[in-house]
Amino acid sequence: MTEFVLNEVRKQFYLDSVALMRLSRSVTERDGVIEAALMMGTPANRQILTDAGLLTEIGAAAQGNDLIIGIRAETEAGAREALREVFALLDKPRSTGGGESETWKPRTVRGALKLMPEANMALISVPGEFAAAEARKALRRGLNTMIFSDNVPIEQERALKEEARTLQRLVMGPDCGTAIISGVPLAFANRVRPGDIGVIGASGTGIQEITTLISEAGGGISHAIGVGGRDLSQAVGGITTLMAIDALDADAGTRHIVLISKPPHRDVARTVLSRVGRSEKRFTVCFLGASDAELPANAHFAATLRSAAEDALGGRAIGKDFTPPASTPRPGVVAGLYSGGTLCAEAQVILLRHGRRVASNAPAPGAQKLAEADAACDRIVDLGADEYTKGRPHPMIDPSARDEMLRKTLVDPKVAVILVDVVIGYGAHADPAGHIAAIMADAAPNRPAVIASVTGTEDDTQVRSRQIATLQKAGVLVVPSSTHAAELAVTLCRD
Amino acid sequence: MTQERPASPAENGSRELLPAPVKVVNVGLPSFAEELASGGVEVIQVTWSPPAGGDPEIADLVSKLGA
Repeated sequence: MTEFVLNEVRKQFYLDSVALMRLSRSVTERDGVIEAALMMGTPANRQILTDAGLLTEIGAAAQGNDLIIGIRAETEAGAREALREVFALLDKPRSTGGGESETWKPRTVRGALKLMPEANMALISVPGEFAAAEARKALRRGLNTMIFSDNVPIEQERALKEEARTLQRLVMGPDCGTAIISGVPLAFANRVRPGDIGVIGASGTGIQEITTLISEAGGGISHAIGVGGRDLSQAVGGITTLMAIDALDADAGTRHIVLISKPPHRDVARTVLSRVGRSEKRFTVCFLGASDAELPANAHFAATLRSAAEDALGGRAIGKDFTPPASTPRPGVVAGLYSGGTLCAEAQVILLRHGRRVASNAPAPGAQKLAEADAACDRIVDLGADEYTKGRPHPMIDPSARDEMLRKTLVDPKVAVILVDVVIGYGAHADPAGHIAAIMADAAPNRPAVIASVTGTEDDTQVRSRQIATLQKAGVLVVPSSTHAAELAVTLCRD
Repeated sequence: MTQERPASPAENGSRELLPAPVKVVNVGLPSFAEELASGGVEVIQVTWSPPAGGDPEIADLVSKLGA
């Protein structure tokens, strides 16, 4: 089949990544269009377009503040017709949503602070190449910052955090998806009860799972501080984690502190745990996948997210009324299709602990790389990882990213159990359970067992119990936590 | 804007690092600001576009120079 690639550049035309993804998708769905992407012309985006076979010389000449439109179609006429539609969409007046009146909006952090001088937090979600510069401007004007953007170079992260430490301001992130500060959920977070448990996490969905389990079990959260996935690496040295411990240690409203991360670098772990030992508060340390950790006397180790929540609740059991279904185990492997990176890591840790062979695109300690795995390995996939989200929405925002893989896995005779996570709350899709249910409706009766956990609360707009009811009606086994899900998968599989 | 460093960071630090009420400058995705505003949080949206002609290195340099 012949293909035609068409590029067009709009000079100095900026749209945010979510708006561009919506437009890209709408064009891709046209008949005759094989693939389409609208992206700002930053070096990283030009590389993505090159890799996708969507860049021509015209797009390659674009700058970071130019919009590139890349279309691959079956015919030149089809590509040009799609381009006309893109122009129509781009030129359509955009609504601000909710009938909000048009008010003047500042174009810089400095301009924003003239209008709101008492602001104390900057939430930054610009393309990664520009995020450190915006964060630096905010820090120097006295703001704490949460950097949602990813693809920030690690040396920039280190430099920013060193500067923030000098300025006594917090840098949450980069790649920080979740925080709750003084009861305010920032970016992807849930409506949880206020309380006296503080959470510090190098992991977005880990924070969401622990805070929602605590809240649904009757406990409450003082603050949840995201530090970014690389904070506990040797290169960054745990700067934000240590500042967060200082802050929660000094916070009169926090009684107990939970630390959640993949295993930190050894030297960083030593520094962090030494700081933990100097506190008079109780700590729960959940380094997912760590085999052991020498902890100070005021800290408990938790091997799973559920046990971390239980420890913070003073030993109260979560899901104690849950009775696993009396299903006969099936031969085959476990296939995990996760939108949450930490939930994916936890599943691997649990399966490995039960002696199973595990492969993943984001392998936990002891797991193999997906590309190197044989057919007898459990395959636990993080669909939020870069290779699945470059130029596409994250599966928590758009669950259709998981649809195709779920359909294929439902008819895979080698799979005994499918694990899926449903993450709700601010920023998440309006009905992720409905998406899964729609696909399940077409599945054959002899399909693999499907196990789901719902990360969220009754107060979230998607409503935890409604999501659970939708899944159950579709024949999904819904369990009380992500930990329960992986544990149940083990019992429903046999070799 | 930069406030003076507190005399006792251990005691005052938590208030500055974990402010209440949180008042947000949102630089990027407008949906984050919309969700905060709907939850009653004071938030101001920056209508951002790539600075420095879209060159990330120059943008980084400019931010270091305090512009």
